Amino acid sequence: MAEEQAFNPLDPFSSINLGIAESADGVKQWAISNRDIIQPVKAFFNDIVVAIDTGLNAVPPLIMLIILTLIAWQAAGRRTAILVGACLVALGLLSPDAWSLAMTTLAIVVSSVIACFVIGLPLGILAAKSNTFEGFLRPVLDLMQTIPAFVYLVPVVMLVGIGNVSGVIVTIVFALPPLIRLTSLGIRGVNPSVVEAARAFGANSRQILFKVELPLATPTILAGVNQTIMLALSMVVIASMISVKGLGNEVLRAMGRLDAGNAIVGGLGIVILAIVLDRISQGMGQSGRERGVRHWYDAGPIAPLVRMLRPKSETEPATPVGLATNK
Amino acid sequence: MSMNSDDAVIRCDGVWKIFGNRAREALEAVQSKGLSKDEIRDQYDCVVGVRDATFSVGRGQIFCIMGLSGSGKSTLIRHVNRLIEPTSGAIFIEGQNINGVSNRELRALRAEKIGMVFQNMALMPHRTVLENVAFSQEVRGHATKERTETALRAIRAVELNGWEQKYPDELSGGMQQRVGLARAIAADPSILLMDEPFSALDPLIRRQLQDKFMALSAEMKKTTLFITHDLDEAIRIGDRIAIMKDGVLVQIGTPEDIVTSPADDYVADFVAGISKLELISAGKIMEPVDAFTERRGSLDDAWPEAHPDHSLNELVDLSIATQHPIIVKVDGKPLGVVTKNALLRGIKGDSVAAE
Repeated sequence: MAEEQAFNPLDPFSSINLGIAESADGVKQWAISNRDIIQPVKAFFNDIVVAIDTGLNAVPPLIMLIILTLIAWQAAGRRTAILVGACLVALGLLSPDAWSLAMTTLAIVVSSVIACFVIGLPLGILAAKSNTFEGFLRPVLDLMQTIPAFVYLVPVVMLVGIGNVSGVIVTIVFALPPLIRLTSLGIRGVNPSVVEAARAFGANSRQILFKVELPLATPTILAGVNQTIMLALSMVVIASMISVKGLGNEVLRAMGRLDAGNAIVGGLGIVILAIVLDRISQGMGQSGRERGVRHWYDAGPIAPLVRMLRPKSETEPATPVGLATNK
Repeated sequence: MSMNSDDAVIRCDGVWKIFGNRAREALEAVQSKGLSKDEIRDQYDCVVGVRDATFSVGRGQIFCIMGLSGSGKSTLIRHVNRLIEPTSGAIFIEGQNINGVSNRELRALRAEKIGMVFQNMALMPHRTVLENVAFSQEVRGHATKERTETALRAIRAVELNGWEQKYPDELSGGMQQRVGLARAIAADPSILLMDEPFSALDPLIRRQLQDKFMALSAEMKKTTLFITHDLDEAIRIGDRIAIMKDGVLVQIGTPEDIVTSPADDYVADFVAGISKLELISAGKIMEPVDAFTERRGSLDDAWPEAHPDHSLNELVDLSIATQHPIIVKVDGKPLGVVTKNALLRGIKGDSVAAE
């Protein structure tokens, strides 16, 4: 190469070209030649996202508002329910189509968070169990959190094209790390003497995980879910650059046209959605006992329902253990 | 110890535990060169937890291991259910070498044969008392109804009826440890491992729980390995006591043996403050009849009488009522004499029959 002749010891880097950018570009070639495999997978996940989207949009706004408020009441108490209800009314009043855009955004966020949970929980458990794995994972997570989204936006579009699925992938890259970190932290933070006691009474490692570690780590894991939801929401504007619909797209379009009014409407919509999701998911992190009742189903709107369904005799069945308690 | 190995429910044979990456090398060095704990730490960066522990516990016995913190007693007890693997040596449970058993057998052994109580209770905070007590049954896959019944039985045995549906943090420390005890006995194991179970409790509750435990243990005839740092507790509870120091079992014997003939200065220091009134018997401090008559003349029938097994406490009561020495008799036949001086020396701990 011609540049190598002009090697300058004081400025060695400008004359060396390792060709990293070119080889990274090879991803594109690979994606093009493997289109047949990637496209069906993409279509499958796209269908899921679209199904969630149409599902959320099919519910009349008022019904959806009531459902979300009830969920908030159940998860976090009456006070939060009132806040969530007010926020949702405000969201609907922002503009005539704000509600349906918000539901589309919600669909993307829900899909991303479900995907993060499915990927992040096992990885977090592995990271908690193995120092080697955690040592390997930690820099990867750091990278995922710090690398600018625009850097992986293009390769992802090269691989799977624009649309919902790329949006979800991009969101996962950004939103996954806190869930993995907090799952690992939660499990590592479980009192070792309780784990030892479980071993001493004959539990195997699977039983220790499901009967002791995960239930005790649940508040921390749910804090991770909360963080993941928040980060997923913060990605919606960037994701809209690769043709993801919803509130983010409104903001992006308004920015392009210097339309401050619409940008503010879209932005406020995202903020309100964030408040709603944050309060609900934070409430889930609290067990019923922290709110002064014995079980989560002894308070909130479903308590009367449960009381009605339960037989009079006070022989209550063993409470379900594990994450189910908080769902 | 004159114990038939068939009777031994728990038997440890030359158990060594060295912590550290170079435990094997360190073990060889310590066995061939007899390095001290500090030398091992400096040369191999290893910590000696247990050093050549050999003992056995007979069926129904309560064997106390007493030592200060850091003496390796908690490490030693965890070898019995293999929560810790020995660096070398063998542990036998009812004649079976448990170093050889598979993981599956080991879990069955832990769930069904060995109950354990921990110093910090180690109850599961997300489970009710009932679910905590039923844990060992649950991991064995017993039906809910069956394990609830057995758990309720254990809860009744520790007198916690009515608290089944409470969570551990709703209970006082003493009650929590009773849950710990109930959890340990729920599966009706033949062996109980008690790792300083009452140390974290205040003195009054501790005493109540000791009584409760001794009553339960006498009733259920469990072979018990009991760890404590409290010599009073060891003497109160133990049929036999082992004193542990720096990972070594310094002395093993009955409470009376330990108090009256400590093996070294370390043990002697320990027992110095212990009240001998209930521990030492007349037989230990009496002067033989021949020696006494040679010195002081013949015995008198008016003198009070005692049995060799009577404690110093009872001798004191007898002695207060009279100026005379006490005659120690078995079946009406005089064996020896306890003078007031001998009695006072006995209370002080200078036990050996007077000069």
